Amino acid sequence: MNPRDHLQFAFTALRGARLRSGLMLLAMAIGVAAVVVLSALGEGARRYVVGEFSSLGTHLLIVLPGRNETTGGAPPLTSETPRDLTLEDAEALKRSRHVRLVAPINVGSAAVSWGGREREAVIMGATHEIYEVRHFTMAQGRFLPPGDVRHPQPVAVLGAKLKRELFGTQSALGERIRIGDRRFRVIGVLQEQGQSLGMNTDELAIIPVMAAQSLFNVNSLFRILVEAPSRESIEPAQRHVIATLKARHDGEEDVTVITQESVLATFDRILGALTMTVAGIAAISLVVAGVLIMNVMLVAVAQRTVEIGLLKALGAPRPVILRLFLTEAALLSLLGAAIGLAVGQASTALLRQLYPALPFAAPSWAIIAAVLVALGTGLVFGVLPARRAARLDPVQALARR
Amino acid sequence: MIRLQGIERIFDVGGQQVHALRQIDLDINAGDYISIMGPSGSGKSTLLNIIGLLDRPSAGRYLFEQHDITALSDDEQAQVRRERIGFVFQFFHLVSRLTAAENIELPLILSGMPPSQRRERVAQTLKAYGLGERAHHRPEQLSGGQRQRVAIGRATIIEPGLLLADEPTGNLDRASGHEVVEILEQLNARGITLLVVTHDPELGQRARRRLRMVDGAIVEDTSRST
Repeated sequence: MNPRDHLQFAFTALRGARLRSGLMLLAMAIGVAAVVVLSALGEGARRYVVGEFSSLGTHLLIVLPGRNETTGGAPPLTSETPRDLTLEDAEALKRSRHVRLVAPINVGSAAVSWGGREREAVIMGATHEIYEVRHFTMAQGRFLPPGDVRHPQPVAVLGAKLKRELFGTQSALGERIRIGDRRFRVIGVLQEQGQSLGMNTDELAIIPVMAAQSLFNVNSLFRILVEAPSRESIEPAQRHVIATLKARHDGEEDVTVITQESVLATFDRILGALTMTVAGIAAISLVVAGVLIMNVMLVAVAQRTVEIGLLKALGAPRPVILRLFLTEAALLSLLGAAIGLAVGQASTALLRQLYPALPFAAPSWAIIAAVLVALGTGLVFGVLPARRAARLDPVQALARR
Repeated sequence: MIRLQGIERIFDVGGQQVHALRQIDLDINAGDYISIMGPSGSGKSTLLNIIGLLDRPSAGRYLFEQHDITALSDDEQAQVRRERIGFVFQFFHLVSRLTAAENIELPLILSGMPPSQRRERVAQTLKAYGLGERAHHRPEQLSGGQRQRVAIGRATIIEPGLLLADEPTGNLDRASGHEVVEILEQLNARGITLLVVTHDPELGQRARRRLRMVDGAIVEDTSRST
């Protein structure tokens, strides 16, 4: 029997039982579509998060005071209060070719007022370097000027939303505002940027770091951002930061350095695993579809007993009958998978239209896996009915009318 | 053409052994026209199934065209059926989703003949059995006589040496039955070996050689010399 006749015979057999074939196609299609859509959701979330992080610049190191370590032992008897990070620490970090920029940061909250209006806002103490490290852009005016960090001018840069709330449509440049109990002159307004790293820069007021220290009456820094000149420099920079701060803190390693890459890699792993899990759960529906195919093929074999007996009487050997029924199962799986792919891709495209911010797209591994699993389950669960058909005794099969 | 020696067929029915065929010895020559008659349960159909290689004897030797058939595997026997034996059944056993032409084409498809050659053979066969107009009708759109003619077309398109008919007229009215018998006899006249199992004495009497079976044994073997 040549392959074309083989396919055609299987195809007409499927067409002969429309309802049955339709139901099986539906089951397979739902399974495959579920895998495609769910993995597209997971992949979309992953790409979104990774994209957000990448927008911050990927050569960033974040230095935090204190050592984040889970040792699992009893709490230490002598408490080791980590030393604070200071401006001197930040300045010391600059002395390496693996460090391009160092941006010390202080963060606090204070009331900002102008004229009759007052707003509670997050105040960030920073230096000129933060402009480049955080990829800020100015809407108006200029950013904090470079110069002597220890004797800062009383100037402030406002986030777009904060400016709007205080000044409305009026120009803020050159105006004197009050932050806490001090006065600052507005020299710039940031371009609208939105959320990044959990901080909304649109609602921020940025003042020189020393001014913030005296405003909040502290000597320490919230954290130090360090930018390495290249991807290769991230690791040496990290070693340099830790070594330098250890030397300055009496040989104690009491800081934590987070690299942007490690955060990114962690999120990437977590969300990648999530996508796999969701796709795996959806794949279970494919196996269910496989069981359905087996059930329906068994019914088909029972209903077509006479036909099978006839094929045997006409001289069809067992392997041919086995292959005919397996071909039917495979055709159903493949057609179902094709329909499921089309539906899944269409739904994904629809989701992209509805939520343009999230880059939904089923990863190619999920698509290939879905089709292979569909075909695999169709064949595996098709074997039992096909073998039953091939083993039928022609005399008994033909005895039925 | 066919030599049966000491053929036995024992069925195991609910732990009891039923002797369907006992010590059958039979020689059939090429071109013979044989009828097998006998009461229900006498083993007529069992004998036909064994001759047609649909069933295996429990004991004995079966030579088909000088070859010992009993030693062949199932798939080798399938090949002999595919090439040398045609079947006609009481209930026609047409595939209901296929048209008359497609039903007739089935054995050629199974033999792997290329489509271009098949088309011509099928057209000739349809014409020979007066089914030209009905080529694209499905079985349920055909009368009983037409269905049996399609079945005969299917059985003979491979030009078998042996045609086995199990109650070929059992499900037909008199006129259609007569028509079918004439077709079968014409085939026999052209050299095909014809074996008919029937209840119908009128049909049985037409054969040149008549076997009567009772309780799994051949009790009467009469030949008419013509």
